Amino acid sequence: MSGGAVLVLGARSDIGLAIAHAFAAEGHAIQLAARNPGTLEPARTDLALRHGVEVTLHRFDALDPAGHETFLDSLPALPEIAVCTVGFMGDQAESETDMAAARLVMRSNFEGPAGILGLIANRFEARGSGTIVGISSVAGDRGRATNYVYGSAKAGFSAWLSGLRNRLAGTGIHVLTVKPGFVATAMTEGMDLPARLTAEPDAVGRAVLRAVRARRNVIYVKPVWWLVMAVIRAIPEAIFKKMRI
Amino acid sequence: MRLAGWGRYPVADCALSAPRDTAALAGLVAHGAPLIARGSGRAYGDSAMNRTHTVSMRHFDRMLGFDDDAGVLKAEAGVILGDVISALLPRGWFPAVTPGTKFVTLGGMAAANVHGKNHHLDGGISNFIDWVEVMGADGAITRASRRESSELFDWTMGGMGLTGVIVRLAMRLRRVETGWIRQQSLAAPDLDAAMAAFDAGRDAPYSVAWIDCLSTGARLGRSVVMLGEHAPLDRLPMRFRRIPFGPPPQRRRTVPFNAPGFALNRWTVSAFNALYYRLGTRRTGTAYVPWDSYFYPLDGVLGWNRIYGRRGFVQFQCVLPEAAAREGLRALLQTIAAAGQGSFLAVLKKMGADRGRFSFPMPGYTLALDFPVSDKVLKLMDELDRITLDHEGRFYLAKDARLSAETLHAADPRAGDFASMRRQTGAAAAFASLQSERLGL
Ligand SMILES: Cc1cc2nc3c(=O)[nH]c(=O)nc-3n(C[C@H](O)[C@H](O)[C@H](O)COP(=O)(O)OP(=O)(O)OC[C@H]3O[C@@H](n4cnc5c(N)ncnc54)[C@H](O)[C@@H]3O)c2cc1C
Ligand SMILES: NC(=O)c1ccc[n+]([C@@H]2O[C@H](COP(=O)([O-])OP(=O)(O)OC[C@H]3O[C@@H](n4cnc5c(N)ncnc54)[C@H](OP(=O)(O)O)[C@@H]3O)[C@@H](O)[C@H]2O)c1
Repeated sequence: MSGGAVLVLGARSDIGLAIAHAFAAEGHAIQLAARNPGTLEPARTDLALRHGVEVTLHRFDALDPAGHETFLDSLPALPEIAVCTVGFMGDQAESETDMAAARLVMRSNFEGPAGILGLIANRFEARGSGTIVGISSVAGDRGRATNYVYGSAKAGFSAWLSGLRNRLAGTGIHVLTVKPGFVATAMTEGMDLPARLTAEPDAVGRAVLRAVRARRNVIYVKPVWWLVMAVIRAIPEAIFKKMRI
Repeated sequence: MRLAGWGRYPVADCALSAPRDTAALAGLVAHGAPLIARGSGRAYGDSAMNRTHTVSMRHFDRMLGFDDDAGVLKAEAGVILGDVISALLPRGWFPAVTPGTKFVTLGGMAAANVHGKNHHLDGGISNFIDWVEVMGADGAITRASRRESSELFDWTMGGMGLTGVIVRLAMRLRRVETGWIRQQSLAAPDLDAAMAAFDAGRDAPYSVAWIDCLSTGARLGRSVVMLGEHAPLDRLPMRFRRIPFGPPPQRRRTVPFNAPGFALNRWTVSAFNALYYRLGTRRTGTAYVPWDSYFYPLDGVLGWNRIYGRRGFVQFQCVLPEAAAREGLRALLQTIAAAGQGSFLAVLKKMGADRGRFSFPMPGYTLALDFPVSDKVLKLMDELDRITLDHEGRFYLAKDARLSAETLHAADPRAGDFASMRRQTGAAAAFASLQSERLGL
């Protein structure tokens, strides 16, 4: 089976590469975009060898909006599916005292991803087809003391994706919001994560593939996170504010 | 974290880290305390375990290039063999040597110098490895081959991770026209008949036998000998030609719990008997078998190692030199049958010569069988060790979980050379496993 190209923005991430593998295995050509595309050379060869698809590398910085149009023009073709895995967790304590650090977290998780996906959405709209996938996070479902700077940026991104989906409904362009719970990646390395709530990047890749095909709107990976977050969202603020979770 | 090999014995608390690149790996090596590399953890015992420092190679999982003319794959050491087959079999290439599971890493294959059903003709995987890049005690990476740093190459093949960490390697594959194996099975009523069948089948690319360990007396060594070859396209039955590279890997079933020990053996022994009697009526049978079920029959049952229950299991595998093989095998089989410790089936295989300064194979016969762990079984294993020693045999470290240093060094004078090489090169201070400590390597 084969399909149109899949663009992965922030392709050096474990989740981004896993998504690339999941789609390449189904015959999609892959465009990997990252700040240091040269370092993706082994990943490019690996993807091409395993799946026999064309893989290209592209320089891309989500925080350099001036370069976005040139970047999009440089792609071998406008992709069928654009996936944004760009994100930056930062350090919550640092974000509380250092405005520059907080801004970087906010911009990397909201402004950057929304900016580039907005441009791509317009091109998809002009063409009349395409799928946009934004990797947000359960952290955006409710602000918590331990990571609310990151969480609020993800909340902004989730709301933005929801609005984009609303705008494009009926145009043939589909928008998928992915809210992973814990994923064992470079971002979470060294953290003590509960095994039952933690997904491997491969599982995220497969889940995104399935969700794109089924034209789902919002998915949680692992699905139990939907329940966890429903409970967390339902706690009255008067109680929630005193909790440490 | 709690770590074990495939046999789930022994279990130990091991600090496990997973570096993402060679710089991070070099940082771990430079740290001072000895470490051991770990691939897929398919070695049965404690070869890939170190309490303070076990290093998972799972992030070194990229294929780096494939030369379609020579059939040479360059890859990082953590690439899984099954992924190589998925990528390259559709292009007409198959691993030149494969162990009985496709879930091993390429680094683990090189470190154990694994053998397959074609060992009698082709030797171990080391014959098909063009070079390995090994990170040594100083954190530097050396490319070792038959021409450059050949000492390091020879010690590393079968060196069980104790010469350094293999980070990349180049491996030659074999060209095949199909993914199907033409298998010929013969019923051998006793050990002599089985050995005669191996001799008669010496030109068959693949050969292996299942031995029924419950048979005694005149039927000692009763077995089914299976010869195989890659089926060429024009010999493949018409109905398979549509899918020359075979159906995709078997659907996996998972063993969900620690089943009582006898379950697997009961299953295998009845499968054996069914096969034996079916053949018995005709003496021989030919079948076309897809590669996955031919080479990896147990891979279809994920987690089958849990079937032996909580205490885990151990495998005994030795090789006996040609001259002493008949007598030695007889003694081993008699002892196993008399002990009645729940090993019903063993695998017998004729081996050829091999290279590697410390690798396992030698011309002769290798016998392998599993036992659920118990105090009695551990005693029986000591007995089997003694018989192996008496017949000038050797032990396969990739299967070992309990051999004593004394027995190893008595069986294999190369062990002492290996240990002194490790001291001289500084490898001893940088790389160690629970196994190397136990065995005085
Ligand atoms: C069902 C089954 C069937 C098997 N059949 C066979 C068979 O037919 N023939 C055969 O020869 N073997 C067989 N084996 C054994 C298996 O092939 C070997 O134990 C192999 O080494 C396992 O590879 P691994 O990646 O799981 O390595 P691990 O089990 O993780 O490690 C094994 C050894 O390799 C070393 N190692 C791993 N990666 C590296 C690296 N990158 N650099 C340096 N050292 C490294 C480790 O330190 C350790 O000493 C079988 C095992 C199973 C479970
Ligand atoms: N891991 C989890 O538990 C988890 C849970 C929920 C959601 N997520 C989200 O999943 C996504 C992927 O994360 P991950 O876990 O795979 O971690 P990761 O490896 O840290 O991935 C984040 C990626 O974003 C890229 N990036 C950051 N800023 C960028 C910029 N300005 N321009 C281009 N790329 C930029 C990084 O590129 P560089 O490599 O160049 O630094 C990095 O590859 C993120 O959005 C993350 O928030 C992760």
